[in-house]
Amino acid sequence: MTTLEDPTAPIAIPIRPDETKVERYERFRLLFRSPTFLLGFFLAGIWVICAIFGNLITPHDPVAPDILSKFEAPSGQHLFGTDKLGQDVLARVIVGARSVLVVAPLATILGTVLGTTIGLITGYYRGFVDEATMRVVDAVLAIPLIITALVAITAVGPSRTTLVLVIGFVFTPIIAKTVRAAVLGESRLEYVQAARLRNEHGPYVMFAEILPNVTGPIIVEFTVRLGYAIFTVATLAFLGFAADPTVPDWGQDISAHYPSINGGYWWPVLFPSLAIATLIVGINLIADAVAQLFER
Amino acid sequence: MGRFLLTRLGLAAITLFLLSVLVFVGANLLPGNVARRKLGNLADQASVDQLNHQLGTDKPILQQYWNWISGFFHGDLGTSLTFNLPVSQLIGPALMHSLKLAAFAFVMVVPLAIVGGVVAALQRDRLTDRIITIGGLSLAVVPEFVTGIALILIFGLWLDLFPVSANAPDGSSILTQMKYLFLPALTLVIVLFGYISRITRAGTIEALDADYTRTAVLKGLPRRTVVRRHVLRNSLLPTIAVIATQTGYLIGGLVVIETLFNYPGMGKLIFTAANGKDFPLLASSVLIVGIVFLVATLLADVAYSLLNPRIRYATAE
Repeated sequence: MTTLEDPTAPIAIPIRPDETKVERYERFRLLFRSPTFLLGFFLAGIWVICAIFGNLITPHDPVAPDILSKFEAPSGQHLFGTDKLGQDVLARVIVGARSVLVVAPLATILGTVLGTTIGLITGYYRGFVDEATMRVVDAVLAIPLIITALVAITAVGPSRTTLVLVIGFVFTPIIAKTVRAAVLGESRLEYVQAARLRNEHGPYVMFAEILPNVTGPIIVEFTVRLGYAIFTVATLAFLGFAADPTVPDWGQDISAHYPSINGGYWWPVLFPSLAIATLIVGINLIADAVAQLFER
Repeated sequence: MGRFLLTRLGLAAITLFLLSVLVFVGANLLPGNVARRKLGNLADQASVDQLNHQLGTDKPILQQYWNWISGFFHGDLGTSLTFNLPVSQLIGPALMHSLKLAAFAFVMVVPLAIVGGVVAALQRDRLTDRIITIGGLSLAVVPEFVTGIALILIFGLWLDLFPVSANAPDGSSILTQMKYLFLPALTLVIVLFGYISRITRAGTIEALDADYTRTAVLKGLPRRTVVRRHVLRNSLLPTIAVIATQTGYLIGGLVVIETLFNYPGMGKLIFTAANGKDFPLLASSVLIVGIVFLVATLLADVAYSLLNPRIRYATAE
């Protein structure tokens, strides 16, 4: 009773777009069932809300110095206490989310776009361009990220734009390396060879054929890098290179107040530290869940 | 093996050359007029020109690069603008300090992370595993200054067990020095634990799933012997590679940790140089950091290939 014809063959082509849609939906459903993702989503979500609404939801003005109430311990009036200028720590923590959450995602997007392009080109063409680019990438990676950023920002001076550009450029080689590895794996597959045989030009094969098939690793890399971008922005602010020194910033507030720890004033330091820690852990939990989803 | 070493050395040399160009461009070209940057906008043109001439920054770029790099390999690392001292005199002690801190951290973190990773792998997907993996990674991704501040608050302020500054008084015994270094070293341990244990876990799981482990179990070896003789030997290979790649990261972390604990190492030096726009000091210390990283990776590659013949032969072909 067997027929030579494969019964699935004729219908396989028309339902393909639906299949990818179903698969995507399925992925989202799985994601929202993962406790890791939900916890990360909750933690990061709090800070995203703070970043969006900022001043609207703070109990006090975050930039209203009050010399009469310096270093007040946490109380009903000031839940997180006040800092050395008498500013409300809770308000500064809420508003401080914005400075990190504007620069870090923009920098990550820049790095991902550039890195993906370079990774596609080097992975697809290989040969000399590939070798040369990878040497440069290795050279960049030989210096710790934070030092590269430090040197570049010293040279050009800190501002929101330079922070985005510097962190984006520093991430580019790392992302390029990941994308390149994924592209190398894809290039051996038949659909790429078929496209080449059809005489499609390089850019078409790279962006229309290969790119949709390497989105998994790119999304994973993006979430992981976003965590590092927040890490880097916070660290640079701590070292004195905040995007905008006039705006409340967690890293900057911590560096301004940690010398006072010895005096027993722990609250202006502890709460912004907890904010950074929860935001980064949240993003990384999301990254972890996303990675598990794409690796299954 | 000789061929493998030569290829590796060749690649490292090329990377080193590119690195030196990048560092030079970053530290000497991006700032534009070095003397103007140093003296500020109010200085008159004559003194800017004079300082530029004194620093050699009025010469053609290629010549400047050549002067810097040839001096570097002859041991002349230039003169610091802020300290007015030869850079080598500043880097020497700083490097020693950083190495001391890093060595202390490594001695603590390597055994801890290996045990953690192996335990997590043996308990795969159970609660212990989730705690070690997620907990370790969460701690690893938090910036060093946040971890450091948490430790300062807990051990320095509330429990009052350890000093908050990393600087032991001059001439104190090794034990006292270790006490002062404990909090900064612990910060590094917490950051590195997650990475190293994760790789150990992955390596151990791979070895546990391998055919030779199944054979060992099926032929009736006790579990302890299987783990010790068949699993661990294979799982520790990737760990070695990761430990070496963490050296570069380690130095990056040191910038923050040394600044936080006011410890006079390489990280603090680079930070001071960057803040003071001290470009000769900055360029030479960053290049030294890069060289340390490249040498460490090279050594790890060699060690790895000595332990794993498959890689040695694959590259030699």
